[in-house]
Amino acid sequence: MKGNFVKILAIVAPLLALTGCEFGTKVVEQVGPRGTGQQLVTDKSGMKKAGVVPPPPYPLTPDMLQGPRAGVTYQNVKVLGDISTDQFNYTMAAITTWIAPPEQGCNYCHNPANMASDEKYTKVVARRMFQMTQNINANWKPHFAQVATGPGGTAVASVAPAGAGVTCWTCHRGNAVPVNHWSNAVADPRGIKGNKHGQDTPLQSVAYASLPYDSFSSYLSGQEQIRVQDTRQLRNPGHVVPISQTEKTYGLMMHMSQSLGVNCSFCHNSQAFGNWAISRPTRVNAWYGIRMVREINNSYINSLDSVWPANRRGPAGDPLKVNCATCHQGIQKPLGGYHMLKDYPALSGPTSPAAAPVTATAPAAAIPATTAMAAPPAVVPAKPAA
Amino acid sequence: MALLSFERKYRVRGGTFIGGDLFDFWVGPFYVGFFGVTTIFFAALGTALIFYGAAIGPTWNPWLISIAPPDIKYGLAFAPLREGGLWQIITICAVGAFVSWALREAEICRKLGMGYHVPVAFGFAIFAYVSLVVIRPMLLGAWGFGFPYGIFSHLDWVSNTGYQYLHFHYNPAHMLAVSFFFTTALALGLHGSLVLSAVNPAKGTDVKSPEYEDTFFRDLIGYSVGTLGIHRVGLLLALNATFWSAVCIIISGPFWSRGWPEWWTWWLNLPIWR
Repeated sequence: MKGNFVKILAIVAPLLALTGCEFGTKVVEQVGPRGTGQQLVTDKSGMKKAGVVPPPPYPLTPDMLQGPRAGVTYQNVKVLGDISTDQFNYTMAAITTWIAPPEQGCNYCHNPANMASDEKYTKVVARRMFQMTQNINANWKPHFAQVATGPGGTAVASVAPAGAGVTCWTCHRGNAVPVNHWSNAVADPRGIKGNKHGQDTPLQSVAYASLPYDSFSSYLSGQEQIRVQDTRQLRNPGHVVPISQTEKTYGLMMHMSQSLGVNCSFCHNSQAFGNWAISRPTRVNAWYGIRMVREINNSYINSLDSVWPANRRGPAGDPLKVNCATCHQGIQKPLGGYHMLKDYPALSGPTSPAAAPVTATAPAAAIPATTAMAAPPAVVPAKPAA
Repeated sequence: MALLSFERKYRVRGGTFIGGDLFDFWVGPFYVGFFGVTTIFFAALGTALIFYGAAIGPTWNPWLISIAPPDIKYGLAFAPLREGGLWQIITICAVGAFVSWALREAEICRKLGMGYHVPVAFGFAIFAYVSLVVIRPMLLGAWGFGFPYGIFSHLDWVSNTGYQYLHFHYNPAHMLAVSFFFTTALALGLHGSLVLSAVNPAKGTDVKSPEYEDTFFRDLIGYSVGTLGIHRVGLLLALNATFWSAVCIIISGPFWSRGWPEWWTWWLNLPIWR
């Protein structure tokens, strides 16, 4: 009897353990020189599908770009005043389907009795979001740029045609608030009971590890630098980084990996995470990405501070902000790299220079200079809007 | 080489698997046998090929010499010699040498009429190596998933391969393997010190019998596994350490491709408290 029980346990226990496995077909990719173990292995079933791209509301013909400017036709047009009235209406029709709840339509942002009025907070936010989108497309091309890869994954800092850029749909996907967002964590209670010291909570934001889960406030709205690994061998008294800092960085990197559906090898050679010479070119995109997200959160979301109502704020009272998952949603190139922006020229860059924000930094100068990789991809000059 | 007085009694003919009497002889203290010859053959050829690889490689620095497996694009086919083919032949030599060594152990066991515990135990170590360079690459469909033969390079491989799963310490089989490795060291430390304490008594007193050893642990923790038992425990711990390390790398990739922390969400998602 006892023997049978042991036999059954010996058969059932390993079978139970296997239920946690992925048995599907694996997609493999080598991303570094042979023998370095830099590979990406993904189970097909776990690969996120690129989201669908809605068609334009109606064709935008070249003659629609002519005619009176929107700023003349309508009142209180501060950002899109220099585009044609037809293009303005086209753009409005598009963003209504992208963002506004269907039952509200235009009225989600506008007072139907006075379309020019700024009385609804959503209109004020939308205006700022237009500026943000234009700024991203005009000034953050290095984040989207495809960096060519040389033999064995070595970096060749050449910039292929600027990437797909972004539209409102890239993040919103039909939701008034993008599904993936973050806000500051509520401080743990003091003392022992219930105090988890900001970690040991299996959250998706840290890939379910026990790492500190509030990395975003340090790196994606705060200006903290990821400078954990020393560039010198052996002990360097001038470079002392507490383990908490290391773990916070690790948490952020877990988030970045998860957001893109990749692993550490997608950007790094773990032989020396900080060494640009042995990193993949994708790390340059990521470097700009961190700074881009920082600017989005500070200059475009936090700067609207008093505008945000309570239901657009997190439990700590700060507005909902963006991270890598907001756009990427589990895949390397949001929407599979589809060049959606070509149908919405009004979003590709500032149309009225007076209203254009000048907050975009020139990150090229600040990139950590170490080696061959140190020549960061040049910022591609913004192409004039069609 | 001098023959020890007792060796003549135990140097008996027979018991070979292959080769009959052909290689059934000793060279000095070493039993040769068919598998001794194949061990020498594979080990010598493999080592020579590693030197050849170093000669056509960029460095003679022993820390940096590395024989890397082929690119993944070659799949499970042979690669050109300088592009990983060398690694493939060296891998065949290594497996050949290790398996020959285990079979030579088994032949010696047969000669002496002993159990096969030593070759079986060594078999676990071979299994761990074969898991890394044969089983897992075959499951993933390319020899390029094997580890490179180099002192520093294989460490870099371990690091990068671990980070593919974001945080390898969350791999359940890795947890088991690490725990078993530590416990093996603990058991060996306790056993070794206990035996030495019994045979190194206070000056002028007699060497203590195993009953003293048993009593020490009964006094300390209420139980002694016994003089034979400790060796069963030791072997069990050591074999488990090796076995679970093999499992932990086989499942990484072929049966799990996401971060290992995420694997544990099965626990969070149990219907009891989900």
